[in-house]
Amino acid sequence: MTLSENRPVLRAENISKVLGGKQILRSVSFELQKGEMKVLIGPSGGGKSTLLQCINFLIPPDEGQIFLDDEEIHIHRKRDLYAYRQKVGMIFQDFNLFDHLNAVENVSIALRKVKKIAKKEALERAMSELERVGVGDKANLYPAQLSGGQKQRVSIARALAMDPEVMLLDEPTSALDPELIGEVLAVIRNLAQDGMTMIMATHQMGFVRSLADQILFMQEGEIIEQGPPSELLTPGSNTRALQFCSKMDELYEEPEV
Amino acid sequence: MDWGFYTQELIPALNRGLVKTMLLILPSASIGLFMGIVVGTLRAYGHPVLRKIGDGYAGLFRGTPLVVQLFVLYFGLPNLGIYLEPYTAAVLGFILCTSAYQSEYIRGGLLSIRRGQMLATQALGFSSFQSMLWVIIPQAVRRALPGCSNEIIYLIKYSSLAYIITFIELTGEGKILATKYFRFTEVFLAIGFYYLIMVTVADFGLKKLEKRLYIPGFGKG
Amino acid sequence: MTEGLLVIKESLPYLLEGAGVTASAVVGAMLLGLIIGVFLAVLQVYGPRSLGRLAGLYVWFFRGVPVLVLLFLFYFGLFSLMGVNLSAFMSVILVLGMTSGAYQSQIYRGAIESLPYGQLKAARALGMSDWKAIKYIILPQALRLSIPGFSNEYSIILKDSALAFVLGTSEIMARTHFVASRTYQHLPLYVTAGILYFILTWLGVKALRRLEDKARIPGYSHHHG
Repeated sequence: MTLSENRPVLRAENISKVLGGKQILRSVSFELQKGEMKVLIGPSGGGKSTLLQCINFLIPPDEGQIFLDDEEIHIHRKRDLYAYRQKVGMIFQDFNLFDHLNAVENVSIALRKVKKIAKKEALERAMSELERVGVGDKANLYPAQLSGGQKQRVSIARALAMDPEVMLLDEPTSALDPELIGEVLAVIRNLAQDGMTMIMATHQMGFVRSLADQILFMQEGEIIEQGPPSELLTPGSNTRALQFCSKMDELYEEPEV
Repeated sequence: MDWGFYTQELIPALNRGLVKTMLLILPSASIGLFMGIVVGTLRAYGHPVLRKIGDGYAGLFRGTPLVVQLFVLYFGLPNLGIYLEPYTAAVLGFILCTSAYQSEYIRGGLLSIRRGQMLATQALGFSSFQSMLWVIIPQAVRRALPGCSNEIIYLIKYSSLAYIITFIELTGEGKILATKYFRFTEVFLAIGFYYLIMVTVADFGLKKLEKRLYIPGFGKG
Repeated sequence: MTEGLLVIKESLPYLLEGAGVTASAVVGAMLLGLIIGVFLAVLQVYGPRSLGRLAGLYVWFFRGVPVLVLLFLFYFGLFSLMGVNLSAFMSVILVLGMTSGAYQSQIYRGAIESLPYGQLKAARALGMSDWKAIKYIILPQALRLSIPGFSNEYSIILKDSALAFVLGTSEIMARTHFVASRTYQHLPLYVTAGILYFILTWLGVKALRRLEDKARIPGYSHHHG
């Protein structure tokens, strides 16, 4: 949870997006410092997922700019875009593991085909990442043979193998059965404590309270409130964030984090 | 662009052929569909022996080329003393072949209806016949329709094979004309467009029918 | 009756050679169709709309015109118009291949479109270009899903290959016709031809089923997610 230098690793300015006729994002801006863990919370449809997918241009923003290490990313320069995406890892809510490849192949394929690393080295690196997230013994199994928690951990290994500067996590535990959430949150917590720069959308309020450096509360495409948990989530502070959190606590059973 | 040739020779000849093609398709498609329904129903619900016979028939006519079937009917039967006219042989061959394919789609449609539908009708006191008529068949028809439509389109195209057993329809007229005047590209492009129009119109009509019968949420079972 | 069986016995080697010609023509056509089909499918799903429409036009044409007409059109018409001098055998492979490509493209297109969009998203998120994503992630899955459709298409092309004899190719039908017109044993001979096609169908479908089993991914169903 260290906030070191002043220059932000990732900067988004005035991101706007219309999808299906609706204004999903309204001129959203934020900065992400190195080693910071920013968490996006808010009601569904508020634009959290869209924002994350705009950051790595899976959804191209209608307006706005993205800067990585102060360099602007131009979406039409394809080569630069691919290079940028290698530095920004993404974890999806529904895992999106490649169904025709087993775990170690899932982790190594981008190393081999995008980073052009030799097969042997790529497989070694892939194995070490799988072990790092605790699924080394599942290396030769296919996605259909893995539990949800294992799949998500493999997808984290896949993203980590690319040595990203920033990790984007789009509700990583929302599709998991309750008893599997803990193992994934444990991995994410370790990453945070090792200093990975992350921005995560989630409903896991206990996690938010204990690990977030900054909370961004999003609703209807705008950031309504911004601040550390100590500010936004102190009981009695009467913030929207706190109201939302209490509602979430009522709905969800919180696993130990 | 030799308009004289087109208007005075090509188009009249092709139109003549088109009429013959229609004479082939209309009885074959309708009788073939009807037979396909009969055979398909037997294959889905009939006595095991009948089912085996039906499966054998369908397997035979789906597993061999239509050309071979036509040749057996037109050139082969004379060995047994049966002499068929080209038109008769062609229509007979088309009917036997298309009903085999149609029976497959009908059978598939019938079998895809969940058992529960039949149980429900019985619980309500329907006779078997009534159950079939009011509940099973309406659903089966909708399931089978895409396949059956597809088969009709195929029949339109494969009617061109009739010319090989000397019944001169659209393709036959064209071949004769093209050989006579040595204008193969033009003639066969024209024939191609005649078929494209027939196929597109039929496809359009059948799609309309599918839409008319559409029930929301009624998928592939 | 016995004369018929005798004729079959004597002409069988000759006919079996024809089966070999048929088989090679069909294999050639299926492979050409595979290349064209994948190309058109990728174009229709991922390409710019104008090219997708051109692909659609190609599919409409080759699925709407009867094979017999296409064979005549190309062999007697277009090839000589373009000054190309192909043997009947090559022409058959080309025409059947182009036709099959149209049908196969719709099989592959359906398979590609049935894949969850997340597969492409994940590939892009890792920095893959669309080209790489299609090559390493989309197509390996789509082609596996397409094997049953490919098998179906195989049996159709095999039967269409019988029309090759109108161009003079020396395959099963041509040879059967040749023997029949000399011996007048039409019935037994054409029945034999039918049996040969039956066997070729069975062999091909069996081989493709073996391929499907070998390529199967554990637990991969059609389709989750």
